[in-house]
Amino acid sequence: MRCAGIDIGSRTIELVVLKDREIIETRQSDSGFDPMARAMELLQGVMHDHIMATGYGRHLFELSFEAPTVTEIKAYAVGARFLFPRVQTVLDIGGQDAKAISINERGRVAKFEMNDRCAAGTGKFLEIMAQTLGYSLDAFGAEALKAVNEMQISSMCTVFAESEVTSLVSRGEDRRDIALGLHRSVVRRALGMLKRVTVKEPILFAGGVARNPCMRHLLEEALGVPILAPENPQMVGALGAALMASEG
Amino acid sequence: MNQDYREMWKRLGLDLAAHDALLEVLGKGYQDIYLAQKDRPEGMGYFDFVMSEVHGLRIKELMDEKAAGKKVIGSFCVFVPEEIVRAADATLVGLCTGADFATEEVERVLPRNTCALIKSAFGFKLGKVCPYLESADMLVGENTCDGKKKSYETLAGLVPNLHIMDIPQMKSAEGKALLKAEYLRFKDAVEKLTGIAIDVARLKKGIEIANNKRKAIHRLAGLRQADPAPISGLDALLANQVFFYDDPGRFTDSVNKICDELEKRIEKGRGVFPKGTPRILLSGCPMAVPNWKLPWIIETSGAVIVGEESCVGERGTRNLTDDSGSTVEALMEAIVDRYFKVDCAIFTPNPDRLDHIVEMVTDYNADGVIHYGLQFCQPYLMESMPVEKALEEKNIPTLRIDTDYSMEDVGQLKTRIEAFIELIK
Repeated sequence: MRCAGIDIGSRTIELVVLKDREIIETRQSDSGFDPMARAMELLQGVMHDHIMATGYGRHLFELSFEAPTVTEIKAYAVGARFLFPRVQTVLDIGGQDAKAISINERGRVAKFEMNDRCAAGTGKFLEIMAQTLGYSLDAFGAEALKAVNEMQISSMCTVFAESEVTSLVSRGEDRRDIALGLHRSVVRRALGMLKRVTVKEPILFAGGVARNPCMRHLLEEALGVPILAPENPQMVGALGAALMASEG
Repeated sequence: MNQDYREMWKRLGLDLAAHDALLEVLGKGYQDIYLAQKDRPEGMGYFDFVMSEVHGLRIKELMDEKAAGKKVIGSFCVFVPEEIVRAADATLVGLCTGADFATEEVERVLPRNTCALIKSAFGFKLGKVCPYLESADMLVGENTCDGKKKSYETLAGLVPNLHIMDIPQMKSAEGKALLKAEYLRFKDAVEKLTGIAIDVARLKKGIEIANNKRKAIHRLAGLRQADPAPISGLDALLANQVFFYDDPGRFTDSVNKICDELEKRIEKGRGVFPKGTPRILLSGCPMAVPNWKLPWIIETSGAVIVGEESCVGERGTRNLTDDSGSTVEALMEAIVDRYFKVDCAIFTPNPDRLDHIVEMVTDYNADGVIHYGLQFCQPYLMESMPVEKALEEKNIPTLRIDTDYSMEDVGQLKTRIEAFIELIK
């Protein structure tokens, strides 16, 4: 039996296809301005018996494709446990959401925290800050790791942080030092969320922001323990949805 | 729209264009949220009618009462004792505080980070769109939270007759003495306004009217213990909202009629959601008309609300007033006793509220608690953290939501609420 999971996020869409709980295909695209059209493109030529949707666009997908849905929170928990069966805590930082999820012994979500309406502490924050400093998103983390004299960024708000960055730049500070401070501020916020759900090891870091090496490094430093990083941290939600589709 | 109403609204000084816009939004919201529900009890037709005439027929009734020499008193809080108002043949109406209106005007007189409920009260006044407020002969401003207390200083300059009622903050003998003194002072003010001396017979009648409304609501609440739930949380919330401004006798009869119907539904095992649907207890800040956002999200995400631990709900209605006293003094004491039990978060400490939440979880067989904190509502937001901790220690899953009346966070709220429902399933 082939089961698919599709995670329609604010920035990207991921698709995972399983055959007898074995990943046989993964696909990804930008969400763009018409996520349903993008989802349709992504599904082109994909054979599946069941499909389940998660992510922001799940309800739109449900309407268009009559597919069942699951929240990102449960999907990430299920996907994380499949990749690392002992995982007890998941931190997922995506395009406009950040979530801390604690998983109980039975693999079920015990408690979760999620940022509310504001995009502070999410991928969007890093994306805008990278832009402000003239870095590509892919290079941002690696450059931040080269900092010598970390700058303190006190603002969590994207708009305020941007003006803070502008004033540091005009003061002549090294942009790598500013970049490190910006990463640190996202980590601080993530830690706050993790502590509210209680952090138990092993901890998995997922979502698009988990691709950022500086974020991984700072998180490990702050938590004092190694964190698990899946090979493709953006696929965890789609994987979870595919697994749930296979359970019917 | 009935032409008489437009003239009536004009006489009340409403801004007709703004008022039309409000009614349109209200009507659309009601259509999308209420009328879209499936398999509602037939008796809810009464509330549909009440809502369609909320600024029409009901206001005309108030106008007719006023023409006959009766008085209308407006309130923002369950601490204003209805018994005393009814004893003087006056009508008590809970004022509109459930929607954002004229926000720019409001923010000229109140700080931006004031809770939406207080801002809403001012918005309806400054935007000239609330016929209840405009028809009131007296408004009561009660010193509950700091936001309300201080904003009444500004409201006093906007309305003709604002009676400020002090409210204790501790459940001590001194606190109770204060409430009693304030209720006696309120009784004097009502007597002066109406020209009616409140005697034993009048006070007993006032108590009976208020108690009958409460008894009907208690009966409705009891029926929600059934699985499948015979009525949606949205509809039950509406009954609790209409409690505040409908004619009391008609309200009592209509709720009892719905209860008769629900009893038959329960007998047949019929419900508005399938048996086994996850059951949510809503706890926290009051939800005034038309603040239906959170219940709407919950009940369109696969759960049913089985109780409201709220002022617009069981916190406000749960105790009856003892009417056995034979002197005005004794009856006033009974009224004070009844209201002093209200476990509003302005009290410190406030352990009774937590006990009540746990009791409601058990009584209504709830699978989890969603705590609704209105953004910038310090008392309830402060309490939400120890409440969450205490409930989780008792293995009662709890989700804390901090939101306001705007719709911008609906997507995120839906994700959080759906995830919570997945968790308790």
